Amino acid sequence: MLARWYDFRDLGNGVARMAQALRDAGAPDGVVYALTALAGCLGILIFVGLTAIVNIWVERRLIGRMQVRRGPNRLGPWGLLQPVADAIKLIQKEVLTPRAADGTVFALAPILIFVPAMLAFAVLPWGEKMVLADLNVGVLYLLALGSTSAIMVFMAGYASNNKYALLGAMRVIAMLISYEIPSVLALLGVVVFAGTMQLSGIVQFQDFYWSWLIFFQPLAFLIFLLASTAELNRSPADIAEAESEIVAGYHIEYSGMKFGLFYAVELVNSMSVSAVIAALFLGGWWTFGLEEFVPGWMIFIGKLYAVYFLLIWFRGTLPRFRIDQLMALAWKGLLPLGLANVLLSALEVLIWQEYDVSAGIVLPIFAVVNFVLAGVLLVAFMRVMTRSFERLPKRARLVPDISVPLPGEPATA
Amino acid sequence: MIIVVRNLMHAVLLLILSFVGMAGLFITLSADFVGVVQVLIYAGAIAVLMIFAVMLTPRAARDNAGNALQLPALVLSGLLTAGVIFVVLQTEWREASRGSFDTTAASIGDALLTPFALPFEIASVLLVVAMIGAILLVREE
Repeated sequence: MLARWYDFRDLGNGVARMAQALRDAGAPDGVVYALTALAGCLGILIFVGLTAIVNIWVERRLIGRMQVRRGPNRLGPWGLLQPVADAIKLIQKEVLTPRAADGTVFALAPILIFVPAMLAFAVLPWGEKMVLADLNVGVLYLLALGSTSAIMVFMAGYASNNKYALLGAMRVIAMLISYEIPSVLALLGVVVFAGTMQLSGIVQFQDFYWSWLIFFQPLAFLIFLLASTAELNRSPADIAEAESEIVAGYHIEYSGMKFGLFYAVELVNSMSVSAVIAALFLGGWWTFGLEEFVPGWMIFIGKLYAVYFLLIWFRGTLPRFRIDQLMALAWKGLLPLGLANVLLSALEVLIWQEYDVSAGIVLPIFAVVNFVLAGVLLVAFMRVMTRSFERLPKRARLVPDISVPLPGEPATA
Repeated sequence: MIIVVRNLMHAVLLLILSFVGMAGLFITLSADFVGVVQVLIYAGAIAVLMIFAVMLTPRAARDNAGNALQLPALVLSGLLTAGVIFVVLQTEWREASRGSFDTTAASIGDALLTPFALPFEIASVLLVVAMIGAILLVREE
């Protein structure tokens, strides 16, 4: 199957060779399909397991560095055994179930919330022929998985029989369904430009036109990045787990390995979102010709970690948003920007396809125009949204408004 | 099970399971776009709506056991199931011999914009009307 058993460079072709050898040996089609699917699933499971362990360490060290302190460095050289210690701690904790809690739903919620996180890895193009399930509607499948995870969050919050868990769960669901729309619009812009919803097709589009899609859709990249940080419940949008505000949000009552599952799901979700951004906007396994020397999946994992570094950077530097600020950002900021992006992309594709202009002339123009318009729209929207406005409803006030002079200003009242 | 389970919230969760099952049925019929959109819209958005609606009912009214309509509902669904099974067993299914379908998403897009453009536009106007109605209903003034 592989040239040598340790030579992991060409995994996609290796699996194809194995399938061909099995078919030549006369195995029925179902067996060949099952074995190739099994090989793909094993690869993904190994990757997810390894990254879930490595990312705990990466995140904590990096956040420590950004906060001008060393991260965990007690356990093992450079703190490398920290994730192992975390896992052992979570396993040996007592798993409590509140007495009045809904037993079945309480136990099912952490398990079910893992399902969409894992399923998202099935459509990612790891290499040129390395997609586990090359769906024709790959982008839409990813969005559908994002929207089902909202239900699982609610199950967790509701089953805890705890006011604060329920409140946290409701806030999180409101945030999740609000941020689905800007991410759909951002990905719609990408799909309109690339012409296909198949993730491997989008990567091949970038290969064919010899550039990354981020140069043509900078606004879509930004919108999707911000909407994904909100969907992942990461800082700066982590009101779900804001320890200072609502204790721990929808997973207050979870302890032990059930909480460990929630923690792992957040990491695996960040991985899958980073992988989607890397595949759609940063070219997936294609990098201006580097994939001749380095195997495609290594490049893909490298880009994945680059985007994950961005997400950690957001977490380490930005303070938390309030829930109303988050909602305002989604509905008043990212939604119109997403619509403007779709309009712009559709116009450009129309000009390109209908008048049959050659790509070499038209695409650089589109890139420049898109960047300029993205900058203009962002600045304009920030100006418009941060204007101060009168808060409605106006109630009758018994005490007249007094104006208190700020320290440093002369008293004018 | 949705009819007989005691807790209304469990009924909603089982309904979500049946939505996902229906998406599976769509996928066995090679309608990949419709299947994924079923999960996205039904299990993603409409299910959240139903959950919020159930949460807004008072706690005492969420007990499904005292519902007098349970027996007629069971009888009706049993009859429907029996009817569907009968039809499924009686039809002479032809094996899938027409080969693979062309991509359904592209065909649906073409159909929505060329022969069915008017229903498409009317559906979007309907959605705008619904949103404006919702905003009007919850305005505080």
